[in-house]
Amino acid sequence: MFYFSRWKILAIVVTVLAGVLISLPNLFSASTVAGWPSWLPRHQMPLGLDLQGGAHLLFGMDSDELRKEWLDSLRDDARKTLVNDAKIPASVAVRGSSVVVRLTRPEQAEAAMRELRKIQTSLGSALTGTTGSDVEIVQGDGGTITITPTAAGFQQRQTNAASAAIETINRRINQLGTAESTVVRQGRDRILVQYPGLQDTTYLKELIGKTAVLSFHEVNTSLTVDDVRQQGRPPAGWRIYPSDEPGEAAYLLKDSPVVRGDELVDSQPGFDQQTNQPIITFRFNQQGARKFGRFTQENVGRPFAIVLDGKVLSAPVIQTAILGGTGQISGNFTVDSANALAVQLRSGALPVKLTVVEERTVGASLGSDSIAAAKMAGLIGGLATMVLTIFAYGTFGIFACVGLLVHLIMTVALMTLVGSTLTLPGIAGLVLGVAMAVDANVLIYERIREEVRNGKPAISAIDAGFNRAFITIADSQLTTLSCALVMFWLGAGPIRGFAVTLTFGILTSIFASVTVVRLLAWLWARSQPQSRSLVVPV
Amino acid sequence: MRFIPNFKGFDFFPHDLRLPFMRYRDLAMAFSIIAMAVSLGLFFVKGLNYGVDFKGGSMIEVQSKSGPADISALREQLNRIGLGGVQIQSFGSPTDVLIRIEEQPGGEAAQQVALKKVLDTIGDSYAQRRTEVVGPAVSSELRVTGMLAVAAGLLAITIYVWFRFEWQFAAGVIVSLLHDVLVTVGLFSLFQFEFDLSIVAALLTILGYSVNDSVVVSDRIRENLRKYKRMEISELLNLSINETLSRTILTGVTGVAVLLSLYIFGGEVIRNFNFAMLFGVLIGTYSSIFIAAPMISYFGVVREGAASEDKPKSAKAATTRKPA
Repeated sequence: MFYFSRWKILAIVVTVLAGVLISLPNLFSASTVAGWPSWLPRHQMPLGLDLQGGAHLLFGMDSDELRKEWLDSLRDDARKTLVNDAKIPASVAVRGSSVVVRLTRPEQAEAAMRELRKIQTSLGSALTGTTGSDVEIVQGDGGTITITPTAAGFQQRQTNAASAAIETINRRINQLGTAESTVVRQGRDRILVQYPGLQDTTYLKELIGKTAVLSFHEVNTSLTVDDVRQQGRPPAGWRIYPSDEPGEAAYLLKDSPVVRGDELVDSQPGFDQQTNQPIITFRFNQQGARKFGRFTQENVGRPFAIVLDGKVLSAPVIQTAILGGTGQISGNFTVDSANALAVQLRSGALPVKLTVVEERTVGASLGSDSIAAAKMAGLIGGLATMVLTIFAYGTFGIFACVGLLVHLIMTVALMTLVGSTLTLPGIAGLVLGVAMAVDANVLIYERIREEVRNGKPAISAIDAGFNRAFITIADSQLTTLSCALVMFWLGAGPIRGFAVTLTFGILTSIFASVTVVRLLAWLWARSQPQSRSLVVPV
Repeated sequence: MRFIPNFKGFDFFPHDLRLPFMRYRDLAMAFSIIAMAVSLGLFFVKGLNYGVDFKGGSMIEVQSKSGPADISALREQLNRIGLGGVQIQSFGSPTDVLIRIEEQPGGEAAQQVALKKVLDTIGDSYAQRRTEVVGPAVSSELRVTGMLAVAAGLLAITIYVWFRFEWQFAAGVIVSLLHDVLVTVGLFSLFQFEFDLSIVAALLTILGYSVNDSVVVSDRIRENLRKYKRMEISELLNLSINETLSRTILTGVTGVAVLLSLYIFGGEVIRNFNFAMLFGVLIGTYSSIFIAAPMISYFGVVREGAASEDKPKSAKAATTRKPA
């Protein structure tokens, strides 16, 4: 006869009690739980966005832009090291996906290679034991050298850009308030922003979607844009920038800015005292203030341009030298967009442009409707299962129901412990888990009946039932588990939530539906008078 | 334990019942092959009504703030803003409306522009309940992920069953699983129910449920193969199916009861998902009885001890010389 030692019973009871304690906070509201004594577990399963409402925004990084920018900066670096620092005359240009250096004197190739290697960074990773560089420098014929970014180098670049972008996004979102938003990298070039409680994503998208690279440029007053367009090409060092203002077409600006936005220390939205239009006031750091002061001093009476993400916001005329390092930007702003821009300037520019590639929002009302519906469905489904089980298996059916309750509690406890989020498909998985767990008891009890029909006495029939059904239970649970793991591994969004609960449901079902129910059956057998005519109530 | 009264459950099942499942195996097989062919045909001819997850575009669920929603007015308004195919349908209750906008040409940003246009057009008399916008990059990724998930699920199960049983069992199981997936997909094509990521999750669960059923039957077949060394294979398969039938039915009934309550009370958002699961439980039960087990007799199985002295020739003949 199967046997449970005192220790084993104690271990089972303690496990179940721990499960009850850990899962208990989920039955109460957050405020109730906060008032509990500190020795009680207070951690609750966080609700998914589909249940509490909120926004899920997946942003894609513009990899082409990132690559292009890198090539541009490689070109500039190569030119600086070679031509400016080492005084080796050469032409440097971006050709396709590499930077090509043409030496004026091909015999300097060796020296040039030596110099150019300085801009190479090694990517040696102690962890994987690989070595390599971010760029490959190859010497060609006739004094040409090509610098090509490697795949590993670009990946590194993407990783750096992603983590910088995440930091910036966090700074921008934190300005919105106290909601527990999460910003994480997903895959190679995606960033996922989850913002509970928010439904109107327009402002959020505007806040995150702008790169917000700000710069102040000198305006060319001797040439008009039309002149340049007729000549076909702007003079070296100058570039045409489109305007953001209605009416104004474009400006001819010096390519290298006077001051950049990264020298700002503060920016706030405000209103112009004369026109009452929304504006942004800003303050430079010391270095920025000095540069800006010198420039305005030398250019009184001439315009300068404020450029945001490659577009001219406004080009006011300098009235007096601005020496204090503060100023204001006027432009075609609304209160909201001035607000957003002030936040963006404060929190710094994004390293790369982000576009929304997926957006899912759920309103709070739909979320609470879903919870109510799931509660109802779970209750009725659970009751139906219990009634069916007791109807089919009598006293042992009651034991199975206890097992089901333990199963539910343990699953919820595991999920709470791991800190996984409860979603709507997750609830479906939970309910389905109950239906699957009942299968284990069905297998056992059918087996017991079979053994009884074959003439075995009650106790050994129970014993054989549990033992022989166990292999089948393990097999069927493991195959379902392999499915659930595949779902988790590949899954996105709803699939993953479902897979998590299903997995935990399977993991706990052996304990709840086999061990606990077996203990109950054993306790029942012990309480019965020992006689040969004992009948299994199944 | 004495305070719990001892009472027996209602054993509804006549256990000496021997339904001749194997006699109908050719009929069932023919039926299944036709069902699979029709499903495949539907899939290629009629296609699936892909949701935004796979097709890209936007889906917006709105709720009228006062009284039932005026769908025809909404339709007229939204058709005027020139976004191509705009689908509008009532969703669950008369106040709720589901608006679908097909993927706009012009990449990721164009989807956002379209969403804004729609929201501006429907104005303040409707509250947003749910918005889903999936750009072209993500939707094509999800299509690949979805297919991979089902394929990987099939593979994982097949490997497991192959390890635990002989290859004939694994072959039977994979054919029955393919059947379940195909017929469910065919049903979605037939009724043009929306097919999205959650349906892929449902398909995977159906795989899990169906294989669960097949494994229980297979376990019993293996046990009986050891127990009745001389029994003819199709008789043995039939016995095994019958012996596990009471379990198959009871588990199926509880599963259906739970899924039915989820389907009826679980809300509109997961209704399609629940429908797929409900159908899957039924088809999974069918396939483990009528496909997975008979496949074993088609493939034949080498029995342990079949070559031993008691009745080697006939036992082998019974297993290997089956008409295919």
